Amino acid sequence: MSPLPWGAMARLVGRRALFAVPVLLVVTFGVFAIAAASPFDPVKAYGGTAVLGADQETLDRLRTNLGVDEPFVVRWGRWLAGALTGDLGQSAVLRQPVAQVIGERLVWSTLLCAVAFAVAVVAGTLLGVLAARRPGSWTDRTVTSLAYVLEAAPVFWIALLAVWLFALHLGVLPAAGLTDTASEQVTAGQVARHLVLPAGVLAVSQLPWFTLYVRQGVADALAEEPVRGARARGLGERTVLLGHALRSGLLPVLTLIGSRVPELITGALLVESVFSWPGIAAATVEAATAVDFPLLAALTTLATAAVLAGNLLADLLYGLIDPRVKLDDM
Amino acid sequence: MATTRRIRAAGAAVVATALVAGLAACSAPTGGGGGGGAADSVVIGVASEPDTLSPLLGYGKDGNSKIFDGLLARDADLKLKPALAKALPEVDDKGLTYTYTLRDGVKFSDGEPLTAADVVFTYRTILDKKTNNPSRSELDAIKEVRAEGDDKVVFTLKYPYAPFAARTVLPIVPEHVAGGQDPNTGSFNTEPVGTGPYVLTGWSKGEKLTFKANPHYWGGEPKVKKLTMAIVPDDDVRATRLRSGDLDGAVLPPDLAATFTNDKDKKTYRARSYDFRAVTLPTAHKVTGDRAIRRALDAAVDRRAMVDKILDGAGRPAYGPLPVDDPWYTKDVERPQDLAKARRILDEADWKPGADGIRVKDGRRASFTLLYPSGDKVRQDHALAYASDAKKAGIEVKAESATWEVIEPRMKNDAVLAGFGSVGDPDFGLYTLLHSSLAGDGFNNMGHYDNPTVDRALDTGRRSQDRATRKEAYATVQRALVADPGYTFLTHLDHVYVLADRWDGLTTQLEPHEHGFASGPWWNAETWRPKK
Repeated sequence: MSPLPWGAMARLVGRRALFAVPVLLVVTFGVFAIAAASPFDPVKAYGGTAVLGADQETLDRLRTNLGVDEPFVVRWGRWLAGALTGDLGQSAVLRQPVAQVIGERLVWSTLLCAVAFAVAVVAGTLLGVLAARRPGSWTDRTVTSLAYVLEAAPVFWIALLAVWLFALHLGVLPAAGLTDTASEQVTAGQVARHLVLPAGVLAVSQLPWFTLYVRQGVADALAEEPVRGARARGLGERTVLLGHALRSGLLPVLTLIGSRVPELITGALLVESVFSWPGIAAATVEAATAVDFPLLAALTTLATAAVLAGNLLADLLYGLIDPRVKLDDM
Repeated sequence: MATTRRIRAAGAAVVATALVAGLAACSAPTGGGGGGGAADSVVIGVASEPDTLSPLLGYGKDGNSKIFDGLLARDADLKLKPALAKALPEVDDKGLTYTYTLRDGVKFSDGEPLTAADVVFTYRTILDKKTNNPSRSELDAIKEVRAEGDDKVVFTLKYPYAPFAARTVLPIVPEHVAGGQDPNTGSFNTEPVGTGPYVLTGWSKGEKLTFKANPHYWGGEPKVKKLTMAIVPDDDVRATRLRSGDLDGAVLPPDLAATFTNDKDKKTYRARSYDFRAVTLPTAHKVTGDRAIRRALDAAVDRRAMVDKILDGAGRPAYGPLPVDDPWYTKDVERPQDLAKARRILDEADWKPGADGIRVKDGRRASFTLLYPSGDKVRQDHALAYASDAKKAGIEVKAESATWEVIEPRMKNDAVLAGFGSVGDPDFGLYTLLHSSLAGDGFNNMGHYDNPTVDRALDTGRRSQDRATRKEAYATVQRALVADPGYTFLTHLDHVYVLADRWDGLTTQLEPHEHGFASGPWWNAETWRPKK
């Protein structure tokens, strides 16, 4: 095995990091601009129902204190200056520093996404190979049509269906939250039980895409010369399938893993909402409807960074695995 | 085969990442889970969670905050009783100075003693313009608050304000904890320390709040040792979780609560409330500003039917802003639906039936738009029923749904299906609703109601210390609202709660429009006694 091309990898990471700067600038600027144009009133979001009975003086005072009337460019500049020194600002709607909001929630979102993604990749590869082994077979047809149906089904709908079936009808899994309602502590066992439904649903929403790509890739590879050669040499079907076809069939899948990150994040957004999972997504929804500029900007930056990192990871893997691709060309 | 190994390595990396993330998550504190069914713990499902737990930003301003106490508190009949104060306040002859003496030996849950300085700090911080407290104007009457020694607090008012004592149920925060922080964003918002019967043990936002009994509570340690408030916004989900035993109690709409009537282990509590639904009739609008139209609408609506059909009987007809069993309610304003009277009033005022059945006067059709907040099923039903009743009298009401962002700028000219209702004193709800000096001031007096008789009576009720004078003043207000109904009051809603039957001594208070955390049979969970 040849040594890893550390130099080329580092250069790629460096180039991407430089490229990320303008992207993040544009994205945060866009967030501030869109938030400023949003029809939601930050004062109402802040005060909640208490504001729906307040007098004008109170409304004006809150407006001034929250700095709502400043032009968004000014607010963006101030946020940026603060963020560069490590101060992400204060979330008005959650009455907490933004850094604390993210710190409390990131762990749970990461756990949910990582588990769901891992399950989707493993199960997707398995099903894809199974289907590709004999294209047109009964297994292939079942897997493929199931994949198309699931791909078409909205994730929140699957989530509600899962709640209905497993939590209400069968009563085997908890419907919501991180732990049992009566419990004060966060225990690993409880989290694991509560994770099954949300992670399962998120995995199922990512699954069809993996399955279909792996199936296509492996089926194509099975028809290629090297595979025919391997078969001609009398290698076992297992070795042919896993050692040759799957290996080249996975290549296109790998590149697209990175581009899957945005969908994973939006999927997590819906799943977290349905299952009251105390992650980043719940905060994102709150920040968006409350036009909470600092929180919204920080969360968007986080999501953008995740997407960029996902792309980078895919490129690195691709460069490592496919010898035809030069990292320095990317 | 180098590539194969790399693929495997990549796969292993993915798995490893997942494992690390999982392990990191597992490092959160562990411990035994609680079990439902025990009488010393209770899990309650509410629809919304507080934005903050800091009284400086408005948490618990009407009492029952669990974590905190006010100088005074209210009993089951809403009568004021001493809490952190030793006794009800001493008021001077002019009604301008209120003096409170603090109870001895009260400690915050961190062990520090309560002093007059804490009380002064709480009120001064809320009155500070930089503090984002949306209810600050409720303390508008205060000119100055100062401490006299360690155990006396003196409030000086700008004007005589009879119901002031009822405002001092406001929770007191410790200066030594909250004093060093920005009240708007400090950690006191999520990690409160108070003198109350319960101590916050955890707050998972959007999921639940957990409390444990304060063993050193000055009123005696509560028997219910553990209290959990689960945040479940969806009514159906709340009902399901209550049925599955995940929750012990919940607030429910009447129709869902009815599904528990045959459940022997659960009891239904129906709390009367000040929470009214009414249609604002803007003075500026040529149709709704017309007194004949207003009176005709008032006579045409079938309040009884609304209670029976829309609220499933869980409510009472509203003949004015005060509910029929309020001590300040004037019985003589009660009136049934009378379509003939509605038509007669319109005939006499020259509103003649037009070709399409809608009345016309001076070329103007008796027609107006009624806005209701979208997504609010109860208000939508009220709006539609109102429109259909009005039609029978020849008045066209076009019901339209909109968000508050759309409604707010249109409140001056268009009718709105509003909901209000404050507890404590008639002044709290009525002054802001009806006084012409507050016309169009934010959400106060949305319809710009302007009636000199009402203004005078409201001022009398606010200033006078004499209960009989006040009672007469509020009777005048209620009668004037029948003669010139600037609002068509429709119903007072009952709030319905279902709770496991494991405790004795449960009651409900007469509740305000806002309900959730502080209302319901758990308003005084600290005094519940487990059933033997």
